[in-house]
Amino acid sequence: MTGVDLRRTLRWGSIAGAVMVFTCAVGLFEAFEDRLLVYPFLSLGHVLLLWFLPLAGYQATNEPVLEGMEAPSKGLHNAMAGLGAGLAGGILIGAFTVIIDAVDVRDVFVRLSARLVDLLTHGWGVPGGLVLLVAVPALLGMAGGMLHLVSAPVRRRLILALEWALVVALLEQVFSQVLRQLRLGAVGNIIFTRRALEWWAALAVAVLVAVLAERARGGIGRIRGYLFAADAVRRTRNSIWSALAVLAFLIVLPQLLGSLLSELLANVGLFLLMGLGLNIVVGLAGMLDLGYVAFFAVGAYTVGVLTSPISPRFDVEWSWWAALPVAILMSVIAGVLVGTPVIRMRGDYLAIVTLGFGEIVRILFLSDWLAPTFGGAQGVRNVPGIPVGVAEIRGSQPVGVLYFAFGLVLVAAWVSWALQESRLGRAWTAIREDETVAAAMGINVVRAKLNAFIVGAILAGLGGALFAAKVGSIFPSSFELLVSIIVLVVVIVGGMGNIPGVAVGAVLLIGVLGGPTQPGLLAEFAEFKLLIYGALLVFMMLRKPEGLLPSVRRSRELRGDELSQDAWLDRPSGGAEVDARPAGG
Amino acid sequence: MLEIWGLHKSFGGVHALAGVDLRVDEGEIVSVIGPNGAGKTSFFNVVTGLYLPDGGDIMFEGRSIVGLESSEITEAGIARTFQNVRLFLNMTVLENVMVAQHCRTRAGAFRAVLRTPFLRKEEAEIEARAKETLAFFGSRLVGYRFDQPALSLSYANRRRLEIARAMATRPKLLLLDEPVAGMNPRETAELTGLIRKLRDEMGLTVVVIEHDMRVVRDVSDRVIVLDHGVKIAEGSYDEVSSDEAVIEAYLGRPAEVG
Amino acid sequence: MDSFLWVVRIGAIVLLIWGVAGTVVQGLSGQGPTGEAWRDLVVAGIAQGAMYGLIALGYSMVYGVLGFINFAHGEVFMSGGMVGFFVANYLWEVGLWETNFVLAILLVLLSSILTSTLVAVIVERIAYRPLRASPRLIPLITSIGISFFLQYTFAGLFGVAVKNYPPPPESLRSRISLLGLEIEGSKLLVIVVAVATMVGLYLFVEKTRTGRSIRAVAEDKEIAALMGIDVNRTIVATFAVGGAMAGVAGTLWALLFRGVSFITGFLPGIKAFTAAVLGGIGNLPGAMAGGVLLGLFEGVGPQLVLAGFGIPGVSQLKDVVAFTALVLVLIFKPTGLFGERLSAEDRA
Repeated sequence: MTGVDLRRTLRWGSIAGAVMVFTCAVGLFEAFEDRLLVYPFLSLGHVLLLWFLPLAGYQATNEPVLEGMEAPSKGLHNAMAGLGAGLAGGILIGAFTVIIDAVDVRDVFVRLSARLVDLLTHGWGVPGGLVLLVAVPALLGMAGGMLHLVSAPVRRRLILALEWALVVALLEQVFSQVLRQLRLGAVGNIIFTRRALEWWAALAVAVLVAVLAERARGGIGRIRGYLFAADAVRRTRNSIWSALAVLAFLIVLPQLLGSLLSELLANVGLFLLMGLGLNIVVGLAGMLDLGYVAFFAVGAYTVGVLTSPISPRFDVEWSWWAALPVAILMSVIAGVLVGTPVIRMRGDYLAIVTLGFGEIVRILFLSDWLAPTFGGAQGVRNVPGIPVGVAEIRGSQPVGVLYFAFGLVLVAAWVSWALQESRLGRAWTAIREDETVAAAMGINVVRAKLNAFIVGAILAGLGGALFAAKVGSIFPSSFELLVSIIVLVVVIVGGMGNIPGVAVGAVLLIGVLGGPTQPGLLAEFAEFKLLIYGALLVFMMLRKPEGLLPSVRRSRELRGDELSQDAWLDRPSGGAEVDARPAGG
Repeated sequence: MLEIWGLHKSFGGVHALAGVDLRVDEGEIVSVIGPNGAGKTSFFNVVTGLYLPDGGDIMFEGRSIVGLESSEITEAGIARTFQNVRLFLNMTVLENVMVAQHCRTRAGAFRAVLRTPFLRKEEAEIEARAKETLAFFGSRLVGYRFDQPALSLSYANRRRLEIARAMATRPKLLLLDEPVAGMNPRETAELTGLIRKLRDEMGLTVVVIEHDMRVVRDVSDRVIVLDHGVKIAEGSYDEVSSDEAVIEAYLGRPAEVG
Repeated sequence: MDSFLWVVRIGAIVLLIWGVAGTVVQGLSGQGPTGEAWRDLVVAGIAQGAMYGLIALGYSMVYGVLGFINFAHGEVFMSGGMVGFFVANYLWEVGLWETNFVLAILLVLLSSILTSTLVAVIVERIAYRPLRASPRLIPLITSIGISFFLQYTFAGLFGVAVKNYPPPPESLRSRISLLGLEIEGSKLLVIVVAVATMVGLYLFVEKTRTGRSIRAVAEDKEIAALMGIDVNRTIVATFAVGGAMAGVAGTLWALLFRGVSFITGFLPGIKAFTAAVLGGIGNLPGAMAGGVLLGLFEGVGPQLVLAGFGIPGVSQLKDVVAFTALVLVLIFKPTGLFGERLSAEDRA
């Protein structure tokens, strides 16, 4: 099958064109046009606009090779198809530019302004700049098509190198901060200009990654083999050592990051805490709880009204530690009250009803009715920090909050792990697999699920208690449905049912993009955060429902390939250096 | 041990069980046979609490178990397997048997989180008992099999694992739904021996639904024949196999066929 | 555990009676709303409920055919209302809105229907079709993602400000006397349009070929396919019809409240789902009736029940009433008031 499949090429070209038009129309391109990534020529806006083109160019000739069939030959047609797809995309965005230049639609589509035309045409105006606007996509498409011409390992390295160069540029803030703390600020000043990576430094990063890629792969493989050693005694010992290593890293980390990044990481800790709780409910017990924020709110308000000196009703002014048991107790009560009626429901009804409960709780805290206790829209202010010895942990000292959050996260991780590896954890797995049979094997399904609900509620309540002390004032608007959804995205993107997965999800999403009201590393994204969260959720469900770092069992369940026995038979049953990649990974 | 009076269950207009009376005494192996759709599996489902009966009563060890949750019935001492083998496919072989000891163990969330000595001891016991139960089937489900997911097992081994899982609930009465379906003659003979062993060595009472008449002949102390939700015959294998009504139920009345 | 549920049931009934009694006592002693105010609440409730009913049809149909909650349906509704605004605004600027309101509103309605239908069909094609064989929570989670994606896409495209439709003509703003009842014109129009749409949908589902296909696919996809029905096309048709109903609802929303923004779809979406469950999911007349009932609960409930406890600011709590209704329906009667119609596999 040589030659260019015209229909396929045009299809991918028009998808790429649609992606570009979409990026412009919702304002992503314009918003990030001046955030330079690679000095002096590549901005984040460019990346957002053009990222799909090499992919489209590659896909234009990416035929699945069936077993026993001869792989199609590589050659000029790959590049031509890529060029075609890129050209088609370029023509689409070009036509789009011509149209918005000619017709003023600003009254309807707020982002389609004259400035956008200017930016798209590189300041050269409509006829002149169009050449560039069509040529760049075409060339990128061709580059994507030409990826077929190199062998798979080389292709992987190229892509990895490109990704890393962009990641380093994007996370400029982290890198220069860490360099500064290591007294290497001068290096940072050399490689970064105007928050962007110098082009030669980007090239250096790319080359370095390309060279080291294979070695790193081997290293990761060894670490996996080490952690998933077949022999149980060694596995336990190894995981204790690695836990200690992680702990040491966590203790050193805040010292490297400075207060701004510590603040971000403290938010990560907070959401990780809630993510671990929701993971028990969703990932282990298999109940899609969309009202998780309710327990967070109960924890926060309980601590708030009991500790604040200007609490509307209670003037007890307890310390945080005294209020904590009450907060946990209230979370448990809330967990039972919400859990009991919903547990017998069908899974999807449960999701909507818990969502309803979440909204009920928020509206009640907001209402005039309960305002004498919870302050209505005014909320509860002046919540004191957490006294620890002579010091006090509060939002203005993010490093302290960060250590405290880490501590709570470790507790939550231990609780998750301990429950997972217990009688209750096995019962949850069985219920998720087949509720009827689980009941017939003597498992009290309602009680087991309620346990999960309560443990989840406690962890969320704990999160709320920490949140109250951290931010110092609580308003109903902090407890929108969005919180539930974002925690859910963290769990799903990371990998349902897997503790390290949830951690990865929290760092990537909350750390980089930010929480519902908390800014992330890319604070510029604030306006588009939820657009990206939504898109990410859809993408994960379509492509990788088991998450980035899946639990082996969960990925099998979600993909529904219960009959794929072969994947398991391939696995050697002994030996420490097994590549423990899950089936289909 | 198990006494049933006038058991009724209908789905829509179909009477799966239309007034079944029967009793099973301690230490017996009873076979329930009948043509397809005779109500055999419905009978198991009603006894184990998956369906609520429309009428009648089920007494187990002198106590009515109608209306109990199916987990409570299992706890009372009745365990079962399923006609279409319903294992927890993504759990390992060992976990399948461990999870079935749920109602015989007690450690809850608190103990699990604090990892108390009680929990450690109980976990060790659960695992030891699971291994012991699996060893009942010889070498087939032990060793490296322990940590394989149930979905990697062959069909016959899945049937064996399902029996092991039911045994792990420590039942007094074991209900086996077509335990040898899909097995070859040698495996069938072996499992027939195991069913006898379940009674003779483990002291279980067993009720078997079976289509393979050789198995029925070899294991049964007593055979009960259901047809259209009604018990049409009861007795030893020889009595039942020569019963006019039974032959008619299986083969149909010649006049009707012709 | 069951005893707990009984406590919930009895508690709910006691509170309900207590609240109503309290309100009656207040009413007799001359406090609380007047008879006229009550009538307005009822009419507003029915009008809003009729709109919920139209959105609920989309939830109900998709659940009937595919067995999952299309969480993004509220955004389908919002998209129609949003695009309708731009058409209405244009018609206002050229003067047609005032000279020929009937034609103008028909054009707005048409644009709203087209937009919502298009959005619903595109979403089905891109997001839901690849997930037909997945466990049922996967498409639900996907639809939550779609919901947020659509909200913020619309925010990006059209800006975050609330967009106010041009005011309706004088005749609609004044009260119309009907059978001795004084009803606000726009509310009457909403009810009339909703009823007409519902009748049209009923005829479509019962009488046309596509309608029969939809019913067959809802009953059993495999058998329908064996009978020569193109299941994919039928599912697209289901989304399209549900989208069209949401589009009508988008225009009705504009008539009732005038303002639309990118988050307009969220609450009506959840409430419409409640209505669909209330009427029995998969049951189309049930969805409409459920919508009207929910609208009434929400319109009258806070005044009728909560005010009886002496709770201040009850109108803030109308969403609480709606969500509580959802919770109670699912506890008391998860199959809905008029019976759900699902295939056996979806009921599991």
